[in-house]
Amino acid sequence: MLKIEGLTAEVEGKEILKGIDLEVPTGEIHAIMGPNGSGKSTLSYVLSGREGYEVTGGSATFNGQDLLAMEPEERAAAGLFLAFQYPVELPGVGNANFLRTALNAIRRNKGEPELDAMQFLKLARERMKALSMPEDMLKRGVNVGFSGGEKKRNEVLQMALLQPALAILDETDSGLDIDALKIVAEGVNAMRGPDFSSLVITHYQRLLDYIVPDRVHVLMNGRIVQSGGPELAKQLEASGYNSVKAA
Amino acid sequence: MAENALTEPGAAGFLHRYEGLRARLPGQRLPWLAARRDAAAEAFRAQGFPTRRVEAWKYTDLAPLTQAGFGEALTTVDGALPLPRAAAPRRVVFVDGRFRPDLSDPEAPVRSLALHLPEVEGLLGSLARVEDLPLVALNTAMFEDGALIDLAPGEDGGVIELLHVTLAERPVAVHPRHLVRLGAGAKLVLIERNWGHGESRYLNSPVLEFAVAAEAHVTHARMQQEGKGGIHLSTVFAHVAESGTYDSFLLHAGGKLARSEAHVTLAGPRAAAHLNGAQLLGDGQHGDCTTFLEHAAPDCPSRQTVKTVLAGKSRGVFQGKILVDQIAQRTDGYQMNQALLLSDQAEIDSKPQLEIYADDVKCSHGATVGELDENQIFYLRSRGIPEAVARSMLIEAFLQEAVEGIADETARAALSEAVSGWWEKVA
Repeated sequence: MLKIEGLTAEVEGKEILKGIDLEVPTGEIHAIMGPNGSGKSTLSYVLSGREGYEVTGGSATFNGQDLLAMEPEERAAAGLFLAFQYPVELPGVGNANFLRTALNAIRRNKGEPELDAMQFLKLARERMKALSMPEDMLKRGVNVGFSGGEKKRNEVLQMALLQPALAILDETDSGLDIDALKIVAEGVNAMRGPDFSSLVITHYQRLLDYIVPDRVHVLMNGRIVQSGGPELAKQLEASGYNSVKAA
Repeated sequence: MAENALTEPGAAGFLHRYEGLRARLPGQRLPWLAARRDAAAEAFRAQGFPTRRVEAWKYTDLAPLTQAGFGEALTTVDGALPLPRAAAPRRVVFVDGRFRPDLSDPEAPVRSLALHLPEVEGLLGSLARVEDLPLVALNTAMFEDGALIDLAPGEDGGVIELLHVTLAERPVAVHPRHLVRLGAGAKLVLIERNWGHGESRYLNSPVLEFAVAAEAHVTHARMQQEGKGGIHLSTVFAHVAESGTYDSFLLHAGGKLARSEAHVTLAGPRAAAHLNGAQLLGDGQHGDCTTFLEHAAPDCPSRQTVKTVLAGKSRGVFQGKILVDQIAQRTDGYQMNQALLLSDQAEIDSKPQLEIYADDVKCSHGATVGELDENQIFYLRSRGIPEAVARSMLIEAFLQEAVEGIADETARAALSEAVSGWWEKVA
């Protein structure tokens, strides 16, 4: 499980996270909602280890391991996955090569045998079919020339292949039409189970109609200001973030 | 002078060696060749080694060559040698500038130049100029052997690896001379590898001449994988007749100091040239890719993409001149050179040069210098890929565009293998 205590962090000398306390027990999906600039993306980058985000206090542990002391690749090996808000294009790196390299890196760390090209293709095709992804997306450069929806589906494909224990979805719903949103949500729901946790970061309630969370937290100005059940998301949709401020 | 003594440093040392060797060099009983060697030695004496005061050598300093002494390669004994894995099914091997039939495939259409000199009177030196190229002059005076590939019209020479190994147990200087002639419509894929091992200083300075007749096609993959102390100074000349192709790729991956020059003339209508390349330079390495391409006939396309990756304290040079003669209407030229700097201490000097005398011409060129993108590195690492592997993948991606241009699969595979994992070895 993920346990965050008193986490503070700054970017370019500016404090963005001002003391986050949050627990995501194993098997649960938690949503973090908040307006622009509240620190949602900063939280996801701090947890996944991106450079330029300086932790100034507090702790974050994942299954008892000190997450903040680990390199990004070690966090991934430990079972953490970040679905990017803006997936990065990698011209010249074939998508199949990328996915297989990542999968085998994770498998090596788990002590599982690596997959050869044929075994990988079989698995990838299966997973892609479930996400309604055309097969030629394996041959193209990673995210190069992909539409917004294709990029997000490619993120979910990576998650489906890497089988993380904890997935952070950073505004995975942004830029998606309703059909793509459903496909992405199905991909996440397919992962649900007693060994899978997720932190779903979103600005809008819409995604949570399809990925129903166990808990909802409201992040404002670098702090969790309110927590509740799935009904909290609906409430926010109706009355807006200003109602929380007033509360 | 004892046979294995080192020369005095500089041009004088090489000239003294020439005086000592002159009577023993192959083909000395052929008056035309003896005269040509003497004239070349004289041209070398007049010019000396190029200094940075010469415009074409502004960025490459030959001090490591001119301030040291070199010895003659000893006669090698037959027997097992540490050779790299073959890059093509048919391989011919030269060791320290001399043909090694015992290590070579007898089926390959390659002969020892030293043993067939009477045949090449009109060919040897027909393209390679000595009057303004001192290294070519030195090679012409000193060469002992090389490959002779002479394909009849319509002949398919297949895929051949031409491997030159410098043993470098001592600081030798070798000057291989390779001649390649393709008759009309002939075909050849030549993977020329210059390979060395060990740390010792040595000079390998080959000269190659390609005479490509009408509708003949040659792919020339040049792989410089010299040993750590190796100085590699090579010069290629190619003359391409109507509708012929010279499709080349240069890889600089080894050595301490390397400069590869190409002088290519598109001499007949619709002749084509590719002068692609990649330089992988680690700490302390200097790589110089210099090309002169002349469009001397109408309707000729040329393509050039050269990529340089620099790590540590390394220095890379790209000089690419395209000359479009007045007659060369409807020339279609493209040149791109890109550098990827992996360290603050690395330096790239890039000098594209277009000189156009025809009026109906399409010629574009560009140059970029960049670094690896931290966002891309983080994206890969966030998927569990270790940082060194992530960097390696992005470096290979950067080189991909240049390597992809090679149509022949065997040559492309050999180059991909030489490129892959470079960063993990350097880092």
